[in-house]
Amino acid sequence: MGEFVKLGGLLLNQIIKLKGINKTFLSQNNSSIKALKNINLNIADNEFVCLIGPSGSGKSTLLRLMAGLVQPTKGKLEVMGRNIKKPIKEAAMVFQQYSLLPWRNIIENVAFGLEIRGVAKEKRYKIANNILKKFGLKGFNESYPYELSGGMKQRVAIAKAIAISPEIIYMDEPFGALDAFTRTKMQNSFKEYWVEDRKTIVFVTHSVEEAVFLGTRVIVMSARPGRIIGDYKIDLPYARDKWNSDFGQYVKKFTKLINANSK
Amino acid sequence: MEEVLSKARSDQKIYINLKGFVYPIIIPIIFLFVWQVSSVKIDNKIILPSIIQVLDVLTNPTKDLLSMGSLISNVFISIIRVSIGYILAALIAIPLGVIIGYSKKAEELSMTFLNSFRPIAPLAWVPLVLAWFGTSSMASFFGFDSGVLYIFFSNIKNAMIFIIFIGAFYPILTNSIYGVKSVRKILIDSSLTLGANKLEIILKVLLPAAMPSIVTGLRVGLGIAWMCLVSAEMLPGSIAGIGYLINHAYTIARTDVVISGMIAISIVGGIFNYMFIIIEKKFFKWESLSN
Repeated sequence: MGEFVKLGGLLLNQIIKLKGINKTFLSQNNSSIKALKNINLNIADNEFVCLIGPSGSGKSTLLRLMAGLVQPTKGKLEVMGRNIKKPIKEAAMVFQQYSLLPWRNIIENVAFGLEIRGVAKEKRYKIANNILKKFGLKGFNESYPYELSGGMKQRVAIAKAIAISPEIIYMDEPFGALDAFTRTKMQNSFKEYWVEDRKTIVFVTHSVEEAVFLGTRVIVMSARPGRIIGDYKIDLPYARDKWNSDFGQYVKKFTKLINANSK
Repeated sequence: MEEVLSKARSDQKIYINLKGFVYPIIIPIIFLFVWQVSSVKIDNKIILPSIIQVLDVLTNPTKDLLSMGSLISNVFISIIRVSIGYILAALIAIPLGVIIGYSKKAEELSMTFLNSFRPIAPLAWVPLVLAWFGTSSMASFFGFDSGVLYIFFSNIKNAMIFIIFIGAFYPILTNSIYGVKSVRKILIDSSLTLGANKLEIILKVLLPAAMPSIVTGLRVGLGIAWMCLVSAEMLPGSIAGIGYLINHAYTIARTDVVISGMIAISIVGGIFNYMFIIIEKKFFKWESLSN
């Protein structure tokens, strides 16, 4: 893999490039909080990168930076060859909390991104309809978010992001608010979707197991100020088995690394 | 067993429905009873007319009263007045509230100014408003000096519109600001990542999200505007309207007309309120069910 990168990025297209990124926040009482320190990271096309780290490691901040929702204090940030000042149309984002518009029904929610892009109503409903079918949400087009369970709402939120056919999907603990059973189900079906579609995914999670289960690559971050303390390729075939011993080795290694750096 | 249970359940349902129907009318019935008994005891219709005397006025709403028009026509004029002041207030307060709720700068710029007028009761404006507008009406504003339109618009005094405007303005403004401010940030972020610009954020996210709160403001605002009406109609130059009718009936000791007018105010206010409650239930079901 390293060799391909040396070949001038011809085979591995680095679509996200972060160089020397620092981020400092001003807190309520005007003291400054260093959230990120000297982040250098390249992410290639079709990678499924999981960011893990203890609370306050700035992994969500890092994701929001890439998504263009916040600006770095220092450093260079390039996505799809452009400096990022605001969200770009090639990327979509899925949040932990339910981000559906509660006054719109499901199909109107999924079609919202296309509506903003000026796609005609008939066409955007057709696209949204197909995605909802694929995500096992057939028959819920006219339902409202409050009529859906947590897992289904999050399915719709992912469908909403995918509807705009993004190159990159940023995911901020998308399954973090779900119960363990629903979470496992969502992990499985999202992986199936990814194997088929191979978008570039940047996925923030608290769960080491989830990262190893989903990612082709895992980035480990330290406690505040967040730095990258590990960058590993996961050499496990899809579909992964959580009881496999290699799987366990990865989980153990990352857990140790996080614990050693979170004091 | 099943049958017994379901019968018990349906019995309970009927009982609850009955309770829901009976409870709210117990106190009004006692109140009417006390009123009727007192009026018979007092036996002076200037102090307290009987229910029958008041009902006589209320059940003939199209009959001319005190040679200043019927109850209905006076209520109608009052509704027109309130509508004009109220719509003006809504047209200014809603956009202003949305902008203030969205932009920190707009908030800092305007809130000190707006808040300094808030504690001043609409009635406290009366002397100043009279100094400004006197008895001028919308007829002079539009330039009518004779004809049907003149007669109609000369009844809508600028001073009254101003008082009603002030009464309705603050509840609508406050609720609009609150509605926009309490929109969850994640909805804005999520729409930004889908490529929405500022205008789309305002029109497609903030405004619909704040709508339930704005409609509550409109409901409260209309209630207060309607309450301000009576004080507005007691201003000099007024020759019609339910507030004027009450005031005039008092000067000629027609207490039955005074009470009828008060009941008419209550009924119209209740209808206004109910209208909005239906709108809230019909269009904003998502709000109460989303939490």
